[in-house]
Amino acid sequence: MALKPINRKADRMVTYLANQGDVPPAEQMAGPVGPAAGAVEGGADENAEDVVALGGRLPEVPEIPHIPLGCSLVFAPGWEVDEAGGTAGLCQPVERDLFDCHLACFWPAHVPDQLNHSPDWTGKCAAAQNDWRKLEMIFP
Amino acid sequence: MSNAGITSPGGLSVSAATATPVAAAATEAANGAPAPAPLLSSGAAPAASGLLTPGEFHAFQADGATFLYLVPSAAIFRMDDASLAVLRALETANRTPAELVQRLGDRFPAEEVTNRIDELLGLRAIGLLGKPAPAPPDMLPPKGFPLTTMVLNVTSKCNLACTYCYEYGDDRIVEADSKPRYMDLETARESVDFMFEQGGSNRLVHLTFFGGETLLNFKLLKSTTAYARQRARAVGKEVDFSLTTNATLLKPEIVDWLAENRVGVTVSIDGPREVQDGLRVFSNGMGSYDIILPKIKDLLARHRTRPIGARVTLTSQNLDVKHIFRHLTEEIGFWEVGFAPVTSSSCRDFSISDAGYDKMLGQFEELAHDFLEHACADRHHGFSNVKDTLEEIHKGVSKAYPCGAGLGLMGVATDGDVALCHRFAGSDEHKIGSVSEGVDVDVQYDYLKKHHINSKTDCRTCWARPICAGGCYHEAHTRYGTTATPNLHFCEWVRSWTDTCLRVYGAISERNPAFLARFDA
Repeated sequence: MALKPINRKADRMVTYLANQGDVPPAEQMAGPVGPAAGAVEGGADENAEDVVALGGRLPEVPEIPHIPLGCSLVFAPGWEVDEAGGTAGLCQPVERDLFDCHLACFWPAHVPDQLNHSPDWTGKCAAAQNDWRKLEMIFP
Repeated sequence: MSNAGITSPGGLSVSAATATPVAAAATEAANGAPAPAPLLSSGAAPAASGLLTPGEFHAFQADGATFLYLVPSAAIFRMDDASLAVLRALETANRTPAELVQRLGDRFPAEEVTNRIDELLGLRAIGLLGKPAPAPPDMLPPKGFPLTTMVLNVTSKCNLACTYCYEYGDDRIVEADSKPRYMDLETARESVDFMFEQGGSNRLVHLTFFGGETLLNFKLLKSTTAYARQRARAVGKEVDFSLTTNATLLKPEIVDWLAENRVGVTVSIDGPREVQDGLRVFSNGMGSYDIILPKIKDLLARHRTRPIGARVTLTSQNLDVKHIFRHLTEEIGFWEVGFAPVTSSSCRDFSISDAGYDKMLGQFEELAHDFLEHACADRHHGFSNVKDTLEEIHKGVSKAYPCGAGLGLMGVATDGDVALCHRFAGSDEHKIGSVSEGVDVDVQYDYLKKHHINSKTDCRTCWARPICAGGCYHEAHTRYGTTATPNLHFCEWVRSWTDTCLRVYGAISERNPAFLARFDA
């Protein structure tokens, strides 16, 4: 390895990686990226990556999206109703859902833009389960 | 904030996330699209064809070399030119391996670039956009985690009246009269039995006597030590003793006993006379310096079986860290000195202001550089703050909890109640059991769950979290009223200090790597 391990943890990582066999590290961590590339026929539209999320087209190599516990699969989260149009039983518990949407959900609309406008939105919310009441509404 | 000495490498930034959620879905398509025509003259195929993006790390420089501190693994690697070039190229935009090869082609052969990409991917210093590294497992320690250290509060009484004391001051958790002032022999013995039982598979357990002023209950120390030795023999284990004292009650026969029993001694002392007498006073206001100085000198002269350390509480009134350090090591003769800022609400007149913390950091950094010079010459330097952090860096500690409180370390109050640590001993709110009935595993695990690093949202993107993990529970409780909040008022400070220690570590690894072996023990 050209990168020189300096501390004990680095030594252990190098040993671990050396024992992983011949599988290139990229494949170990990322799954079958290489083969999948050849599986798609035809030239991909230049703009394909822009419309996948909004257009709902499933990628060729499906990966299960992260869906917060209790989120409706019928509509995108943010429009929380179940198949019968009811709201009971969704997003349980609500505090988890609130935070889960914020961190990992692909639907960007219903939490503040923490990167640009509300960097401190979660400042008082160390653990969503306990502190979700401290997440305040943001008015643009 | 002062950041004396070595600068961070120009432009190399720290990135927390490998992908945004929207991009995650989008990149699926990118990954699925045909790979760009190979640009590699060597014929070596890049391992990954998707967009590469920086992972989570902290880059630092020492002695002209650039190092990466990887987060959360806490491994440190020294970079070479090619790997550094790859990271710098990814800093401005996410790129595919082929793009990187092309971009760096005038400086590095294609094969070298692809090798570095693979190495960096393997170490998770970079990642594939949309394929974030799997989150560290949200695992709690196994039930029955063995106890390593038991801190026994042998008395809550003290013969000094230090203004900033967390046990008696305005920020106290336990009311003085709510518990017996002295631990009795039976409770102490039960505690020893509890310690060996909780020690599980540990061959060696540490028993630390604490107070109040421990030597006010010297009789109990003697008999408890003897009992613990006897029990250790019976159960086939070893036990090690230490205590903290303000030194006011030391006398020749006590020093002899400490030396004979190899008891590790830490003396609470704040510095030279003018500093010590300002804060560490008797209840009539009289300073303690002149009383303790001859006693400490006698202790240092005759207790040679263990190195003796000093422990300094820093307040707004004593922030001349270097001066205090020199006085305690060179003039008095302590083997090592550890400093800790006072734990208090921010409103107290002795609490340290932001400017005070900056001053303290500047002085810590100067002492850290002294340490570095000593280390390069294989000489001892007694600044224990830097030594402790270097040891954690060397081992690559990546913490789920800031300390062992409630897990490998527990504090026992005078009545036998077991708390998270000695600072909470006697607090009903922080009780996790008692020496007679054992640890309440449900309470303990509820606590461990709440305090896990994954529960601390604020720490999520901080590169210093493998070492800090949110900081002292007692500090958090005093500041925020809850042990579960990370110590946000210390974040900048901790990051600056960790960066300093990393640079010292990097410099030692360049100049005298053999020195680092002493942290292996």
